[in-house]
Parts: sequence; structure tokens; C-alpha cells
Amino acid sequence: MTGLKVINPGMYSLIQDGGRQGFHNIGITTGGPFDRYSFGWANKLCNNLDYAACLEILVGGLVLESSISTQIAVTGADVPIKINAKSVAGWSTHNIAVGDRISIGYATAGCRSYLAVAGGIQCPLIFGSASTVKREKLGGLTKDGQALAQGDLIPCNTSQENTSRTVAQQYRPQFSQDTTEIRLILGYQYSQFDPSQLHLLFNNEYTISQQSDRMGYRLEGPAISYSQSEMLSEGICLGAIQITADGQPIILLCDRQTIGGYPKLGSVFSPDIDKLAQLMPGRKICFKAIDLKQAQVLLRQSAQ
Amino acid sequence: MSLELAKITIAGENSVIVYFSERPCSRTSSLIASTAKLLQTNLSDKLIDLVPSYTSLLVVYDVLLIDYLTIKTEIQTVISNSSDKPLTTGNRIELPVYYSLETGPDLQRLAEHAKLTIDDVIAIHQQTEYTVYAMGFAPGFAYLGETDEKISMPRLATPRTIVPRGAVGIADRQTAIYPAESPGGWNLIGQCPSLMFNPSKVPSTLVEVGDRVRFKAISRDQFIQLGGTNNSASSAIQ
Repeated sequence: MTGLKVINPGMYSLIQDGGRQGFHNIGITTGGPFDRYSFGWANKLCNNLDYAACLEILVGGLVLESSISTQIAVTGADVPIKINAKSVAGWSTHNIAVGDRISIGYATAGCRSYLAVAGGIQCPLIFGSASTVKREKLGGLTKDGQALAQGDLIPCNTSQENTSRTVAQQYRPQFSQDTTEIRLILGYQYSQFDPSQLHLLFNNEYTISQQSDRMGYRLEGPAISYSQSEMLSEGICLGAIQITADGQPIILLCDRQTIGGYPKLGSVFSPDIDKLAQLMPGRKICFKAIDLKQAQVLLRQSAQ
Repeated sequence: MSLELAKITIAGENSVIVYFSERPCSRTSSLIASTAKLLQTNLSDKLIDLVPSYTSLLVVYDVLLIDYLTIKTEIQTVISNSSDKPLTTGNRIELPVYYSLETGPDLQRLAEHAKLTIDDVIAIHQQTEYTVYAMGFAPGFAYLGETDEKISMPRLATPRTIVPRGAVGIADRQTAIYPAESPGGWNLIGQCPSLMFNPSKVPSTLVEVGDRVRFKAISRDQFIQLGGTNNSASSAIQ
């Protein structure tokens, strides 16, 4: 087998493709890339199919050694990238020769990078996807939800592709230390919350807690109270904002549980989930409502 | 089920949630299962996912192919058409359970709580035909309701860090089988040797929402013959 050998898996690196769709009814979540925008560009740079399997690298520290000649591209967070001893640019394609070492350093802004390989990672599928979901023990190299480990071989095919591509600056995400505005579509049980509680949510900053991962981001800020006593579990869509008993919001993300019994205020607009993917615990966000019709128009425009 | 009770609410940018009734019951579960099947047929590629649960159905759709108002109308049409048709009743499945102190570390406590004998608890658990109300928490985890009030009991104050695969538990008026080893807080009364979730099989789960389940007591020998293991049985006690 040929491909990329894992010399150092880094902090936490996962194989992700478009995710698992159509299995929520038996309790299987979506998984897939947290920052779909950067993931999409990594594949475009390598002339891959939209949802080819890539690596999602949390913070950094990943070192790979190639046994093939191919092309790679790294997008997402600002990370130092080296091919052997030479520093190379992000958001661009690079030719890789047999024996080359690819090193992804630690992120200086943002926190998740995506490494695509020409032709995509040739990973076995389970429930139609290679996406790694640790909690469900599904996906990844051995189909059982494992993150990359030292000594793993990431299967990839040789590629003759050598066209150089780069993403124009204007299409790359801008990272700043300021509070990030997150748009949300009001929905689910929001009308059962007192308007004063919605006012709290929209007029305060919330901090991303240390207990945050691909399943959900827990927030810390003014508590949102509600009187409803008991609720039956129901389907949870991507980005749903649930309010737990202590009044703190949790944004449910790509590895979320498929059903849950806490009241929800609505869901985050997906382009802003890409922004959340690049925010580490401790960073601050604020919420702004967006009308459903406007959200759908924006989604259609960005797909064109 | 009257149409007036079905309420369609926005869930997110590409999802709506349909509420069918206030309280869960087997008829609501059948209506949800029928609606899900019809939507699948009528909208196929426009749908991304369907999440049936106790009284609701979350519909996730592709906004590039259908918008909110159109999907809302489609769902209303499907529900009004299905309300005058016979509902799918779901499959009837019998699951074997080895009820014992060995595999049911909470059996004694539950019997004391219910002021019943252990044999009564085991008999009552088998008397009900349960409906699969929802699936979630983990792949293949089916929430079955409702258990007889006499054997209902709240979850453990501190969940166990390891519950073995196949463990049969009770939480309030629900019962379930753990499809894989996981943490869990349900009161364990026995163990089922059947694989509730098998990713290498199609279908991967033994049951789906709307199905009816009965439990049947088996002996320790039968449990082992059917693939249940001593190891997993003894680990329930830890």
C-alpha cells in the first residue's frame, strides 16, 4: 500500500469526508469536517471531488512522510507548513516527491487545518463515509473511530497532477481576536422562552468553555432561564442551541447526539459554524438573529 | 390522529420539526413512521435526513433543491393523505433476555423499590408489548415504552462508567438494550445476547422507530448458546 506515513499524529488529527447522511434514524450522527469552507477549498486546490476524504488537524504537530509523488494543499487555520526543510504557503498546492516529509506546525490563528491529497485519501467507508466519529467508534483508517496514530499509513494513490493553484486572499478567512458574531435562525422552542431571556442571549457575550469539542461547544455567560419542566427527546439539527438546566447554552455540532431532551432556541447559520471551528476555548462570541428566508437565499448564492 | 394536531416548526436553516401529538403513544409512533416513509418516497433526493422521535419528526432537507415553504406544503400534504390510510404497524420482534442477578446488578434494588419479588419484576417486564419510540444516544440504542408503572424506577444518581453490550435497563417508564459497551445510568435487570447494532449488516439494527418489541426470558445456557458471553455477563456486576 502507498500513501502518507504518520511520523507524528500531532495533537488530534482525523480523517473527514462529507460525513454520514441518512442514518440519523438509527442514531448515527453526521461527523464530517467542522469547517466545511476550508475543507471545500482544500479539495478544490487538489482538483478533487467536493467531498473527498481529507485530514482535519486540530492545532497542529502533524508530520507525514510520503511514499508517492502527488500534490497536497493545506487550508484553514494559519499554520507553519514545511516540506522537508522548506517553508511553503497555505491555501496553495504543492508538489510532493517520494520520501518528502510534510510538517504542519502549531496554529498561530484559527485552530483547525485541512490537508487534502490529490485524488483524496483512499479510506474504507462505513455507512457511506470515511468520517471519524470517536464517540460512535465509526470511520477513520480502521472504520472504528480512531484518530491518526504514529505509524499509520494513510492510503493515497500516486498523482501526475502538477498544476499550481492558489486561493486568492479575499476568499481566505480572516482571523481576529475580537468577539465573533454568530448568526442564528430562531426555531424549535424559542417562543416558549420569555422575551427577556432572548434579550439576554442577544445582548451579551458568551465565552467558549474548555468542555468544547466536535460534539458541542459549551458556552459560559448570563444564564437563560425557562420554566418548562419536562420535554420529550427530539431530533437535533446541526448547530442547534440547547439550553441545559443550569441555563448555559450548548451549540451542537458535527458529532452531536441525534436526539435530545433540552429546549432549543434555534440553530446557528452554517457559514458561522465554519467560524466556530476556528475558535479555541476562551474565545468570545455574540449572537445575532437571521431570518430563515434570508439564510436560504445566502446559502443558494454561495453554492453558485 | 387529526391533522390539526400536526404542527410544523422551523428547526434550522435546512430543517423543520413536525410535532404529531402531545404525548407519545403507539399510534403516534405509527403515524410518524408512515409519514417518514411517504416523505422518503415523495421527496427522496431533496431530503438529507429524517429523525423520528417520541412525538416528532425532524426533516432535514437540501435548500438547494427545495425551500422552506415548499417542504412545509409537501409535509402537510403527506400527513393529510396518510391520515385516511391504514398506518404501518411496524415489525413485531421478540428479544431473548437472560434475567439474573449475574446480568442484572440492579434487579434486587428494583424489586425492593417496587415492593415486588424479583420473579414479579421479570414477569412484568415481559408482559408488555413495547413500541420503539425513538433511537439515539448511540447507534442502535432504541427507547422502548412504556414499562408498567409498577416496575418504573429513576436512573442511577451516578451512571456506571461501563455497561456491557446487551445490558437491558429500565429508566422511569422506559426500557432499552445497550447496543454496545458504553457508560450508562439505567437500572440493569438482564442481558440480551442479540446484536442490536451490527455495522457490517444490512439493516444494521434489529429494530426501527414504530416497531413493537416483546421480551422473553431465557436460561443462562440459552444465553450462552445465542452468543452471550460469561465475560460480558460478569462485567455487568462490576
